[in-house]
Amino acid sequence: MDTSETILSVKDLRVRFRTLDGVVEAVKGINIHVNAGETVAVVGESGSGKSQTMMAAMSLLASNGEATGVVDYRGRNLLTLSKSELNQVRGRKISMIFQEPMTSLDPLYSIGNQLIEPIRRHRGLGAAQAREEALKLLRLVHIPDPERRMKSYPHELSGGQRQRVMIAMALANDPDILIADEPTTALDVTIQAQILMLLAELQRKLGMAIVFITHDLGIVRRLADRVYVMRYGEVVEEGEAEAIFVNPQHAYTKMLLAAEPTGIKAPPPLNAPVLLEGRNVEVTFKIGGGFLAGEPLILRAVDHISIRLKRNQTIGIVGESGSGKSTLGRALLRLLPSDGFIRFGDRDISAADRKAMRPLRRELQLVFQDPFGSLSPRMTVGQVITEGLLVHEPTLSGRQRDLRAVDALREVGLDPNARNRYPHEFSGGQRQRIAIARAMILKPKVVVLDEPTSALDRSVQKQIVELLRKLQADHELSYLFISHDLAVVRAMSDYIIVMKQGKIVEEGPTEAIFSNPQAAYTQTLMAAAIDVTRFRLSA
Amino acid sequence: MLRYVFRRLLTAIPTLLVIVTMAFFLIRVAPGGPFNQERGLSPEIKANLEAQFGLNDPLWLQYVHYLGNLLRGNFGPSYNMPDFTVGELFARGLPVSIQIGASALILALLLGGLLGTIAALNQNKLADYSVIALATAGSTIPTFVIAPVIQLLFGLTWRLLPIGGWGDGALLNKIGPVLTLALPQIAIVARLMRGSMIESLRSHHIRTARALGLSDWSVVVKHALRGAILPIVSFTGPAAAALLTGSIIVETIFSIPGIGRYFVEAALNRDYTLVMGTVVVIALFTIVFNLIVDVMYAFVDPRVRYD
Amino acid sequence: MTDIAATAPAVVGRSLWGDAWARLKANRAAMFSLYYLAFIAILSVFGPSLVPHRYTTIYADYVRMPPSLSAYPKPDKIETALNEAIKRMRVDIKQWRQEDNRIFVTVTSRKPIDDRNVRYLDRSDAFDNTKIESKSADGLEAVMSASIRQQYFLFGTDNTGRDLLSRTLMAGRISLAIGLLAGVVAGVIGVLYGAAAGLAGGRIDEVMMRIVDVLYSLPFIFFVIMLVVFFGRNFVLMFLAVGAVLWLDMARIVRGQALSIRRQEYVQAAEAMGVGQRGILIRHVIPNLLGPVVIYMTLLVPQVIILESFLSFLGLGVQEPMTSWGVLISTGAKNIGTANWLLLFPAFFLVSTLFALNFVGDGLRDALDPRDR
Repeated sequence: MDTSETILSVKDLRVRFRTLDGVVEAVKGINIHVNAGETVAVVGESGSGKSQTMMAAMSLLASNGEATGVVDYRGRNLLTLSKSELNQVRGRKISMIFQEPMTSLDPLYSIGNQLIEPIRRHRGLGAAQAREEALKLLRLVHIPDPERRMKSYPHELSGGQRQRVMIAMALANDPDILIADEPTTALDVTIQAQILMLLAELQRKLGMAIVFITHDLGIVRRLADRVYVMRYGEVVEEGEAEAIFVNPQHAYTKMLLAAEPTGIKAPPPLNAPVLLEGRNVEVTFKIGGGFLAGEPLILRAVDHISIRLKRNQTIGIVGESGSGKSTLGRALLRLLPSDGFIRFGDRDISAADRKAMRPLRRELQLVFQDPFGSLSPRMTVGQVITEGLLVHEPTLSGRQRDLRAVDALREVGLDPNARNRYPHEFSGGQRQRIAIARAMILKPKVVVLDEPTSALDRSVQKQIVELLRKLQADHELSYLFISHDLAVVRAMSDYIIVMKQGKIVEEGPTEAIFSNPQAAYTQTLMAAAIDVTRFRLSA
Repeated sequence: MLRYVFRRLLTAIPTLLVIVTMAFFLIRVAPGGPFNQERGLSPEIKANLEAQFGLNDPLWLQYVHYLGNLLRGNFGPSYNMPDFTVGELFARGLPVSIQIGASALILALLLGGLLGTIAALNQNKLADYSVIALATAGSTIPTFVIAPVIQLLFGLTWRLLPIGGWGDGALLNKIGPVLTLALPQIAIVARLMRGSMIESLRSHHIRTARALGLSDWSVVVKHALRGAILPIVSFTGPAAAALLTGSIIVETIFSIPGIGRYFVEAALNRDYTLVMGTVVVIALFTIVFNLIVDVMYAFVDPRVRYD
Repeated sequence: MTDIAATAPAVVGRSLWGDAWARLKANRAAMFSLYYLAFIAILSVFGPSLVPHRYTTIYADYVRMPPSLSAYPKPDKIETALNEAIKRMRVDIKQWRQEDNRIFVTVTSRKPIDDRNVRYLDRSDAFDNTKIESKSADGLEAVMSASIRQQYFLFGTDNTGRDLLSRTLMAGRISLAIGLLAGVVAGVIGVLYGAAAGLAGGRIDEVMMRIVDVLYSLPFIFFVIMLVVFFGRNFVLMFLAVGAVLWLDMARIVRGQALSIRRQEYVQAAEAMGVGQRGILIRHVIPNLLGPVVIYMTLLVPQVIILESFLSFLGLGVQEPMTSWGVLISTGAKNIGTANWLLLFPAFFLVSTLFALNFVGDGLRDALDPRDR
């Protein structure tokens, strides 16, 4: 690979955006090059400018952005090409796939129509020939029944299939370079692995260079030949993938590599009391139905699940989107109507209504995935975290509540001054700390953590995981840790439940599940997420 | 699709019934009657008239009679214009109102759509600001100001158009009313179109189309415009119903014999049958055009399915 | 929170409202419009008492006078006005002259001249302070003097000779008052209804919204006219009623917002903490509803003003001699051939006010909901 010619080189690229708060420089003069046929990864956390770099190269910046510098593709500076010259390169020599498979295809045209369009445009083929080509492409990306799929519309396809169609469109004209902007981030792990394998396979067959833009070091490790690490609009480190992983130079790279959550959780003693128990819990949703609309569709989101959470235990609930894991968490807290038996401590709460549950709520807390949505935007942080005290300790004076807020903020590692400010003034990680403080101020016994780290960057994830561990140790908490992220689950929990379509597929102690998964589904899940063997062996 | 249309028409019947019922009783509760205005009718004649039109029957009986007639397509006689039935009045006025309204609607959709698209493609540039200014003016200035100003400028100052009158449907006589009616609609369509086009241009699939090197024409017309047109389609339903049933302002100021004028006049004179007739016509137009729009929607957007 | 803040100078955060206010202040069009609205409001409230003419006073001699910056009567009209007044005295003019601001007229008659005849000169809108300067011995000839009344009609006068400036300002008072009054009525009803439906949810919500749908499908003008028929000439009652018709949009918006706020995670979080319905309503739903409500109110007020003008234009709203912009525009529209100022001045006031409200509304929307930009 190393002797190949350089086909794309980005020199001193700067990207600026005019915003309401003035000009923001998203990319600050970076240099990147891509050789023919190789796989380059551009790695960074949110806000690093990794996506904007490639958007600028493709002249796809938002209208308030501008790029300066040189993007040299085989001797032509893409930034200064006229629109029609540029369109000779885009989609033909360099093409791109995106993070959002659900919205990246035009919802109003059939797959066939959208596939044929770039083929005809760039190769000047007739309609019938282009159709043949399109069918070939669909077969290439392993879309089953391509004849029929040509007539389908995007909304009739799953996320993974849509991403396959996107890839087919991008590869329609046999490009030199495929830029993949977080192509698997929005997909479930098992689908992720399939898409990555497909890309590796296509690269072997077609020989194009791939530029991977990603935050996921797992992908980099498996696919990339060379790596650029970006932070705050600059490239902080570059080099061969092996070298970067084995011997990172820059402190930030080291930190990123160390950000993978580690450690294990020891199980609670055998005689620890069971705090929260669910037996044959079932949650159903009715979809549609009503006058003239026919029979409603009954969806069984949680299908006869039993679970026993002991004191100081963490049960990890693992599953892909739609598996019912979040619904289960909410049902156990009686935030959703459910059938079956639920017990908290000695009390049967299977039929407890809102009022009966209220006094118990302080001991049963919930932390959400989205630290932006879960904090009321018009309340100060102090008001947010002390709201529970108004309900459960109504006798407290304003001053006492404030002191409790100070303690809670200190406990989650925030400056107590934060309580006079508003949620929008904090970063995602800080907000998640605030959300945790809101739960902890009530001194709960059981906390349901619903994907608490999924919306955060890896480095922040690790801090939150450590905070949660510390709080558990300090207060003998029991966690129900819901996540699709196996690495985090492994570090947090001592017991694991794997869910699929509302049912338990497999359960057991963490190490047993990870070292020796029994169910086929668990095995695929593990292979997709944990396996570090490379998809492609560099020649 | 046919089944859907049928079902929609079926569900329209109760809606229409509720509207007719509410309107019927509301106007009847209002004080006064068709023949006790300042007409100088002697009590005997008045009593005679009331008896002739069945106004002395119990209200529920009148209601049943009215419904029965309505089902046979008979709107009844006009109390205030005794020479005409309500049906005849509509037969004369509706074509006029529809001509003016339809012209205004088509003008608004074409011109408004074009202006909105131009603005969206030149966002935050001079063309955009000009369209925004025009749209703001069009949606802010009420028709009863626009109409006399058009009369003043085109009719009196420049003498290009007649000041008013129908002139047996002469083209020149229609320009003023159509312009007055269309201006606010142009403003609304331009705004809608600009907004949805900007959103459409920002959407991920447009980025895909650009990344594939498709031509500007294809990106804008094939991909962005078709998506952006959906809000305009939904706007067209109620707008068509409102425009085609006549505008009291335009018909009064330009002295045009449409049906828009009847309503206020009839309500003030307690011309019950004419009021009811107008309500029914407006409601029917609304229902039909909303149905047409929903059906059109399914043609533009494959995600919409009726079955 | 206050006592801790007092002991330790704490960091004070900027709330979303603070942010919005800062953004609004930076919006020049909106701020200018805000000042303009304040100016129009002050002018409408205090203007009518500052203008030397009452809005009902009729100057029979000054019917349909065009707007002018100089005083009436114009120099060339003095003789006409004098001749008319003298004619009413049934005497003849022998000669007349003007000294500064006074006229001196010598009149003759075949009958002795009655001193009370001066009242004819006083009655004219052009003169006052008439005196008999001298009288011949036989009483058949007299010299009268009168001062010329300097009157300004900056906006001209209307068909019956009333000052258009004072009428326009008075009309502004009415139009703005009605706009606010009916706007607030509609806003309050809409917010309460919409919030109730959105919070109740389920069956109740369905029924409440069905009712709104039915009301929507009735021709709007039908409603208004029914109300006019019921409430007749009492315009305060009538516009309370009009406000009661305009709440439908507000109800829909508020319901939609309330529903979406209820689905927000921060409300779920509050529920998970055991916060009751009341607490959720007061601390979460209402503060987050305020933004859209404020934005929609700025749309509602001009809507009501237009509706009022529309009804008055049709002769269904405010009645003479009381006036509103709609009444004035209606008169103007009927006289565009002969007296276009009757249309232009009130139309300018109405349209500029609507524009200003529009810009303030846009500014508020941008300020409160910056995502749209």
